[in-house]
Amino acid sequence: MAEAIAFYTLAVLILGLGVAVVTTPKTVHSVLFLVLNFLCVAILYVVLRAEFLAVIQVLVYAGGIVVLYLFVVMLVNLKRAPEAHEDPRRLARLGLGLSGAVLLELAGIVVYSYGRAAPSSAPAAPVEGIVGNTEELGWLLYTDYLIPFEVASVLLLVAMVGAIVLARRES
Amino acid sequence: MLDTIVIPLLKILVLLNAVLVAVTFMTLLERKVIAWAQSRLGPMRVGPYGVLQAIADPIKLILKEDITPARADRMLFTLAPILSLVPALVVFSVVPFGGDELFYVTDINVGLLFIISVTSIGVYGIILAGWASNSKYPLLASLRASAQLISYEIAVTMTLVSVILTAGTLSMVGIVEAQQESGLWFGFVQPVAFVLVLIGGLAETNRAPFDLPEAEQELTGGFHTEYSGMRFALFFLAEYANMIVITAVVTILFWGGWLRPFPNVEALAFLDLVPGWIWFFGKMFVFLYLFIWIRATLPRYRYDQLMRLGWKVLIPIAIANIVVTGVFKVLL
Amino acid sequence: MTGQAAAAPIFDTDELVINMGPQHPSTHGVLRVVLRLDGERVVDADVVIGYIHRGIEKLCENRDWTQIILLTDRMDYVAAATNNLGYCETVEKLMEIEVPRRARYIRTILAELQRIASHCLWLGTHAMDIGAMTVFLYAFRERELILDLFEEYCGARLTYNSMRIGGLPLDIPTGWDVKVREFCKVMDEKVPEYEELLTNNRIWLERTRDIGVISAEDAIGLGLCGPPLRGSGVYRDVRKDEPYAAYDELEFDVPLGTRGDTYDRYLIRLEEFRQSIRLIRQALDGLPEGPVMGKVPRLIKPKAGETYHAIESPKGELGYFIVSDGRATNPYRMRVRPPSFCNLQGLRPLVVGHLVADVVALIGTIDIVLGEVDR
Repeated sequence: MAEAIAFYTLAVLILGLGVAVVTTPKTVHSVLFLVLNFLCVAILYVVLRAEFLAVIQVLVYAGGIVVLYLFVVMLVNLKRAPEAHEDPRRLARLGLGLSGAVLLELAGIVVYSYGRAAPSSAPAAPVEGIVGNTEELGWLLYTDYLIPFEVASVLLLVAMVGAIVLARRES
Repeated sequence: MLDTIVIPLLKILVLLNAVLVAVTFMTLLERKVIAWAQSRLGPMRVGPYGVLQAIADPIKLILKEDITPARADRMLFTLAPILSLVPALVVFSVVPFGGDELFYVTDINVGLLFIISVTSIGVYGIILAGWASNSKYPLLASLRASAQLISYEIAVTMTLVSVILTAGTLSMVGIVEAQQESGLWFGFVQPVAFVLVLIGGLAETNRAPFDLPEAEQELTGGFHTEYSGMRFALFFLAEYANMIVITAVVTILFWGGWLRPFPNVEALAFLDLVPGWIWFFGKMFVFLYLFIWIRATLPRYRYDQLMRLGWKVLIPIAIANIVVTGVFKVLL
Repeated sequence: MTGQAAAAPIFDTDELVINMGPQHPSTHGVLRVVLRLDGERVVDADVVIGYIHRGIEKLCENRDWTQIILLTDRMDYVAAATNNLGYCETVEKLMEIEVPRRARYIRTILAELQRIASHCLWLGTHAMDIGAMTVFLYAFRERELILDLFEEYCGARLTYNSMRIGGLPLDIPTGWDVKVREFCKVMDEKVPEYEELLTNNRIWLERTRDIGVISAEDAIGLGLCGPPLRGSGVYRDVRKDEPYAAYDELEFDVPLGTRGDTYDRYLIRLEEFRQSIRLIRQALDGLPEGPVMGKVPRLIKPKAGETYHAIESPKGELGYFIVSDGRATNPYRMRVRPPSFCNLQGLRPLVVGHLVADVVALIGTIDIVLGEVDR
C-alpha cells in the first residue's frame, strides 16, 4: 500500500516535472526541472530497492551530466531564436511522428507482456552468498554481461578520443 | 512504529542540530586558529575568550537586511544557498560516528556512493548563485567553481575506488569493520589514496589553497558576492558542513573511524576505555585543524594550475593506485 | 569553415569586459582597471586613474615653502618620510643650503626605516593578493614597530612631517638609537621568516615565476624605476648614481634581477630589507655629533630659478621639479615625478596575455600607492 502511494506520487511528480521541462520559457529553469525529475526517478529506484541504481542516477545524471548542460546553457548566448525553418509546421509533424512511435512501442510492450505468463513478483533469486544488489550487479556485469559491458566501455573510449580530436582541430 | 519512525526522526533531529552547532563553532575555531597562527588573539570581546562570537555572528547575519539584486533571478537566487546547504546536511545521514547503531541514522549498503552522489548535487548551489546574481564576478567565479568541483570530484571518486577495493564494501560501517578485521587503518594500507582524498577534499570544499571560487582578492568574494544576510550565511554553513563531511569521510576511510589505534593489539586494550565516538571526534578534529592550518599557511593556486594539478597529477595517480591495488588484491 | 559560417558563428564568443575597481579589494586603493577578457585570459587592460586626485601640485603653488612639506606627506602616504626628504633636498639644492652631517645621517636612517615599512606593506598586500594571508599580518607586525619608532621621533604614525628645509625639526630622542638597533635585530630574524613562508613555496613559485616578465629594454622604454626596473637587471639606483643624504658615505649593495618576472621583483625587495638594515646599522655606528639644522634664512624665499632633484623612494625614483620666480614665498610651479605613476605605465603590457588571477599579483608587484599616482 505504502509502496503504491509512493509510486503514484512519484509518477505524477515525474510527469509533471517532465512537462515543466519542456514548457518553461527560461532554459536554466528547465534544466533545473530536469534535475528534479532525475532526483524523483532516483527515489523511484529506491522504492524498487535498487539503491545502487538510484545513487548512480544521482551521481551521473544529476551531479554530472546536467551540470555540463547547465554550463552550456549559461555560457551560450540564447537571445537569438533558433533559425526558422522553411516549413513552419515541421516541428509539429516531427513531434507527432515521434510520439506515435513511442505510443506504438508502449502498446507493443503491454501486448507482449500480457501474452506471456505474468512474471513472479519476487525478484530473481540472488546469486548465492551475496547480499545487496550492488554486488549482484557487479557479478552480472562481469559474468553474464561481460561482452556488452566491454563493448560499452570501448564505445565510450571512442567517444572520448573523438571529442579530443574535435577539440584539438580548432587550435 | 517506534523503531521505524520515532527513533530515526529523533536521531535526525539531534544530528542536524549537532552539525549546525558544530558548524557555528567551526567558524570560531577557524578564526581562533588562524589568529594564533598569525600571532593575533582573534575574537575576544563576546564572552570569555570570544567563545560566544559563534552565537553573535549568526544573530547578526539573521538580523541583517537581505538584499536581492534588482535584475537577479529571484527564485534561483533564493534557491541557490538552500541547494548548497541541503546536500551537505543530507550526507550526515550515512556517517557513522560510532560502532553502535545509536551513533548513525542509517547504514545503507551503498553508503560511500551515496555520499559522493549527494555532495555532487551541492555544485548546483554554487553555479546557480553565480548565474542568478546576474553579475560578472559571481558568474566567473561560479564557472571556475563548477569546473573545479567536477574535476576534483572525478579525482576523489577514482581514488575512493581503490579504498573500496581494499575494504570490499561500500557501507560506511562495513569499511570501518573491515579495518578492524585487518587490524590496520587503511591510512597505512593506502597512503597515496589518503593524500589524494585530502587534497581533493580541500579542493571540493573550496578551501585554501584551492579557494578560487571565493577568491576575495581576485573576484571580490566569488559566487556569493551579491549575497547578504542569512542567505550569505547559508553558503558559509554549507562550506563548513562540507568540511566536516570531508574530515568525517577521511576519518572513516583511512583512520579507522571510531576504532582506537591498533585495534587488534591486545596490549593497548586499555585505550578502549575511551568511547569510540571520542576517538572519532578526536580524529576529525585533527583534520579540521589541518584544514585551517593549511589555510593560514599557503598562497592560492591559479585556476589553470589547479586544473592541471587535478587532471594531470591527481587523476593519473588515482588510476595508477587503482591498478596497483587491484594487482595486490588479486595476488594476495 | 566557409566564409559565411565564420561571419555568423553558431555561438557568439563575446569578450567579457569586467571592471576591476575602483572598489576592489586588491587594487590597492582606488585604481580602476577595465579588463577585456577572453575566458579568463586578459586581452586588453585599460588603467583608469584619478579617483584620489587632490591637486597637490597646484596646492603647492599657494602654500609657503615650509607648509609644502606637510602636503608631500599625503602623496605616498605609506612612505611619508622619503617624500619629505625628496622635497626638502630639492629646496636645499635650489637655495644651496648646507645640511649638517648629523642631520644627513638621521635622514638616511629615517628614509631606510621608511623603506622597510613600505616594503613590509608591499610584501603583506602582495602575498595577501596571492592568497597567503598570514604573511600580511607578519609584515604588518614589523611595520608597526617602525611606526612606533616614528611616533617616538616625530609624534606621528603616518603623515610624519618629519623634515625641514635645511635639516630636521628635532634631534633624535634619548635612547631612540638603541631602539632602532633593537628593531634591526628583530628584523634580522623576521626576514627569514617571510622567506620561509614564501620563497621556496611551490605555489608561490608557480604564481610568480615567469609571470609579468618585462625585458630590460622594455622596462627602460616604459620609464619604470625602482625595484621593477632593477628586477629586469638594469643597474639604476639613485642612492648610488646620484648620492644624496649620507648614502655616499655608507656601503650597500643594489640587488638585481635576471629574469624580470614577479619572483625576481619579490626577491629584490626582500634583499632590500637586508640592505636597509645594513644601512641603518652603519648610519647609527657612524652617527656624528653636531646640530641637526643648517643655516637657513628666516624667510625661505629661493632666488629665481628651477631645479630637479630625485631620490630613491621605496617605490623608485621620486623626483621633484620646482620653479621659483624669486619674488613670492611659494613656488611658481612644482611638479612631482612619482615612481608609482611611472611604474603604473607598466601594468598594461604586464597583464595582457595573463589570467585574471595574475592581474592582482601584477598590481601588487609594481607596488603602487594611489595617493602618489594621482597626487
